Parts: sequence; structure tokens; C-alpha cells
Amino acid sequence: MVDHQPLTVLIAEDGAADRLLLARIVRNQGHAVLTAENGEEAVALFAEKRPQLVLLDALMPVMDGFEAARRIKKLAGETMVPIIFLTSLTEEEGLVRCLEAGGDDFLAKPYSPVILSAKINAMDRLRRLHATMLQQRDEIARHHNHLLNEQRVAKAVFDQVAHAGCLSAPNIRYLQSPYALFNGDLLLAAFTPTGEMHVLLGDFTGHGLPAAVGAMPLAEVFYGMTAKGYGLAETLREMNAKLKRILPVDMFCCALLLNLNFERRMVEVWNGGMPDGYLLSASGGEPLPLVSRHLPLGVLDSAQFDEQTEVWPLAPDDRLFLLSDGVVDTCDEHEQLFGVERLKQALVANRQPERLFEDVLQALERFGGQSRDDVSLLEIRAVAPQVLAPPPVVYSDSGESSPLDWSLSFEFRAQTLKRFNPLPYLMQVLQEIHGLRIQSGALHSVLNELYSNALEHGVLGLDSSLKRDASGFAAYYQERSRRLQGLQEGFIRLHLHVEPQEGGGRLIIEVEDSGKGFDVGRVLARPLVEQRLCGRGLSLIRRLSRHAEWADEGRRARVEFAWEALA
Amino acid sequence: MSDNHIDQKVLGELQEVMEDDYLRLLETFLEDSELRLGELHKAKSADELGHAAHSFKGSCGNMGAVVLAELCRQLEDRVKQQPLYGIEDLINQIDREYDAVRQLYRDECRRVSVG
Repeated sequence: MVDHQPLTVLIAEDGAADRLLLARIVRNQGHAVLTAENGEEAVALFAEKRPQLVLLDALMPVMDGFEAARRIKKLAGETMVPIIFLTSLTEEEGLVRCLEAGGDDFLAKPYSPVILSAKINAMDRLRRLHATMLQQRDEIARHHNHLLNEQRVAKAVFDQVAHAGCLSAPNIRYLQSPYALFNGDLLLAAFTPTGEMHVLLGDFTGHGLPAAVGAMPLAEVFYGMTAKGYGLAETLREMNAKLKRILPVDMFCCALLLNLNFERRMVEVWNGGMPDGYLLSASGGEPLPLVSRHLPLGVLDSAQFDEQTEVWPLAPDDRLFLLSDGVVDTCDEHEQLFGVERLKQALVANRQPERLFEDVLQALERFGGQSRDDVSLLEIRAVAPQVLAPPPVVYSDSGESSPLDWSLSFEFRAQTLKRFNPLPYLMQVLQEIHGLRIQSGALHSVLNELYSNALEHGVLGLDSSLKRDASGFAAYYQERSRRLQGLQEGFIRLHLHVEPQEGGGRLIIEVEDSGKGFDVGRVLARPLVEQRLCGRGLSLIRRLSRHAEWADEGRRARVEFAWEALA
Repeated sequence: MSDNHIDQKVLGELQEVMEDDYLRLLETFLEDSELRLGELHKAKSADELGHAAHSFKGSCGNMGAVVLAELCRQLEDRVKQQPLYGIEDLINQIDREYDAVRQLYRDECRRVSVG
């Protein structure tokens, strides 16, 4: 009973003897005492001295105890100031009035020092508990605000990074909660230098800041490598390695990546742990599921990681529909999942493509599920390449120091061809030539075509006629991957020759492979429609370059780019 | 005068609590009581009368004046039942009891100041 700290106690009592006695009792218990003769004095004294506890006589002249209690409680605000009514009132009605006025306890006359001491101590405990609660509440509020502010800052920084991409392209629609980042949801899209579109929908494990921290490095790898012209495979490998290195063991990122090539009308897919995405054909029919065949990013060591992609043909107005698990995992009140079947029904039932999201969301609503804040939807439409205008690359140098008279040769042999994509590296070298920069899209595309022709048809000996229909398409790329894995010999030689010419200059690219070659005349004589799907992209090469020719029975391609003097 | 008017045990406790101020408490009570009695006599309504009786009852109780406190309680109750015929009787009883009690407290004052 000695644990209490001295308090300041206000005593309001109109009887002089009672006041004297009570003040003495309270002082004897070690507290400081303020006395008032009526309610009005008590309120004034309270406002001035802020005592921690008040003893109030109920019936007093000028202002009675009930009114005084109300005013004191109001003045005290959030702070708990216990009020003990001093009363010889015995009827229920009077006691109820004391409580209604804000009284916390009673002390009956005649006063007992022992009971009064016990009551003061009990009230003091209550008072301190209340103060602690307020303090903790304020602390929680402070922490909460702090956290919100941190999230705002993190989001602002992240948005700067994420908006480097092309989510605003006219053929992309998406729906994502503004704070999706803190659900671990991640949506990235960017053009490659050749005008292909890379898209990533990811979902980090966990919630809050821990789920968001991995997003930044992942976005950087994605944008950095896409901008340099790396393909999905290299980008995936790098993202996986980076996440594996920086994330704790129980953290990883489910991800679905797409590489949309609108020129060659195909889409490359890699799905690690995300719900099935769908390829919705413009000609109708069952949605084609883009199934997860891999573990999420950040789980496997680089040695075990499998970056193998699936490739599907992509006709104009075909659509790709991706979603986060927030959609299929939405629960109704019976803990039932919305599930894949209901989603598929919604996709099939959709009649107006532009209302696809609305239809899916309506289906979710009809299902009656608890709406989740981590629902991400993404739709990409296949369009003609010229509809999309990739943003011009910004170069930081003036171009004054362009190297203008050189040549180089590479020979890439089997072990290198398996894993290494030399094109981004070569493009970087070619970007140094100022006059070529405005053609860099075309240059990228042509180099890409030449290299894949040399690799796929030359070194790997794949027959492009396989790609005539959708299933053949997929089979072609499976076979490509199989042969590449087993590759023991073969080479691709690449010669770049740059020379100045009348103020401008020209670049000659020669690509040579160890394959069997092909009948150039026959392929070029085919109708254009057929050429597009399986014609080695020869027409593309001819269209984009100034001059293109094939020699050595198709084993060697020679392409020329030229540029004028710069203004 | 018998000791029934005042609870001696209460007086003992009061002296223990008040120590040096015990005398002052006794004197204050006597002064205060004169005021209370004045209020009883001057009361112009049942309410005022009940209020005065209630207050007086409280301080008498604290001071151990048990008979006086009981009379005040009766008055406080009686006031709530109209009509008030015969209430003067009760007030007179209170006056008489106070006269007796006052003498006892004065004796106590003398005892303390001499002691």
C-alpha cells in the first residue's frame, strides 16, 4: 500500500469541520490538498491547479457537486481525473445522479480514513492505467503515421522506377490497387530496342514493407536488361539470381513474364508460381491457359534455375489476360474460393472485349466474396507494331567522338551459343555510332533476325515450316530448346564493318553459320503471308535495311545500313 | 448527562487523526453547527429545510454526535412527507440535543487545552 506516489487532491465540501477533517485525513496519507467551499470554487481551483483526484460533496451552495463534476470532467478532457463523491445520500436516485455526472466512486459519511485511503489508491491505479493507455494509444498512432509516411515515400520512389516502363501503352489495360506494392504485387512493362514488349506481373511473398523491398531490384533488372535488348531468358536468369542473393530464404517472387513480338506475331511466356494467365484468341474459342511450369523467382540456385519459355502465335487483336491470386483466391462467406472455373466462365462469357475487367469484377461481386485489396488485372492486346511507338532512347553523349572506321569479327561456338546472347553487347558497340542511332530500332530487329536465323535454322537445323500452326509453333520452340541444350558443335561468325562515306557512313553486317544453308531463291519467291510466319523473316530484313543479300547457299547473310551526314 | 450523546470511540479516533488540530476541529464544528441550526430555523421551504438537515446530519455523523445525527436524519425524512404539521417538535428536539452536545464538546475543548 506504500507504492502510491503523492497526488494533489482537491476537496470540495461546504461544511467547515468536515472539510478540515477530510483535508487532514488526506494529508496524513501523504498527498497535497486543495480545498474549496462550493462547486464554483472547486471548478476554478481545478482549472488553475489541475489536481489528479477530486473529492466532491454532492450538495453544496452556489454550485452543487453534480454540476461541478460535469465541468471538471469536461476540463480534464482525455485525462482521467477520478471523482469520488462525498455523500450521505442513501436513496438510489441520488447515487445514480452522482454517477451520471461523472462520479467514479462514493465515500459515505462518517468518513473512515482506512476506506478513504483504499479508495484513493484504487482510483490512482485506475488513473495511471488510463494514462498509460492514452500514452500507448498516442504512441501507436505516431508509429502508424510514421509507417504510412514511410510507405508514401517508398511508393513515390518506387513509382519513379516503375514508371520508366510502358504501362501507358495504348494496348495495355490494367487494374491495381494504389498500394499494391505493399501487397507484394508488381506490374512492369517495357519495350525492347526492337519494339518487342516485355511484361511482368509479379507477386512477392508476404505483405507490407518486406513484400515491397524486393520489387525495386527486380524492377531495375527488368528495365535495365529489357532496354539493352536482352531476351526473357537472360533477364529471368538475372532476376532469379539477384533475388536469390538478396532475399531471405522464406521470401521469393511468383512471376509471369511475357515477351510480345508484334512484328513476328508471337508471344513468349514464362510462368513461375502465378495463377494461369490466358491467351484469348480474337477468333473466339477456349481461352488458352498460360500455366505455371516453374518455381518462383528467388527460390532456385542459378544452376538449377530453368528459364525455358513457351512460345505461342499471336494474331492481331488476340489478347493476353493476366491476374494475381487475389482474384481466384477470393473467398465467400463459406470459405469457398472463387476459383479458376468461375474465372474461365467469366472470360468465355465476355462479349465486349473492352468490358473484360468489368465482367470479371462483376463475377467476383456476384460470387459474394470478401473483396481483397490485392487484386491485379492486366490485359494486353496484340496490335500492329506501328501502333506502338517505343519512346526514343535518350543518349547522354554528344556523339562528337563517334568511332567511324573500324571492323570486328566474332566467332561464337557451341558452348557460348547455349547460354550467351551477344546481341545486346554488339548493339551497345553500334550505339556509339551517332549516325546510326535513329535507325537503332531497325538495326536491332535486323540483327535479331539474322542471329536467330543463323542459330535456329543454321546451327540447330530447325525447319521453319513447323511454325505453320499454333501447336507446331509451340513444338518448334520446344525442339529449339532441346537441340540447343544438346548442342556440341557449330558456330556463328559475326563481322561488323564500319566506314565513313561522303559525310555519313555505312555499316556492313555479315552473319555466317555452320548449318546446311537454304534455297534463298525459293524462300524469297514465296507469298508474303507465308513468309511472315515461317519465312525466316527475310522480308523484314530486306524491308528494314538498305541492302541485303545471301551467299554461300544461304549460309552467309550480308546486310548494309547507311547514314547521311548529321545536321 | 450521559455519554450516549457522543460516541467516545469516534472522538478518540478524531483526536488521533487530527493531532494538534483536534481543538481547532472541535471549535470549527461548534461554529459550523451554529450556522447549520440558523439555516434550519430560517428555512423557507421544505427543500431548504431538508438540505440543511442533510448537511448537519453529515457533519454530526463525522463528529460522533450520534443522537443529533439521528434526529437530523429523521427531519430529512420527515420533510419529504407533506404536510409538515408537527415538524417544529422535531426541530425543537434538535435544538435541545444540540444544547446538550455543545456542552460536551466545550468540556472536551477544555480538557484538550488543559491537557
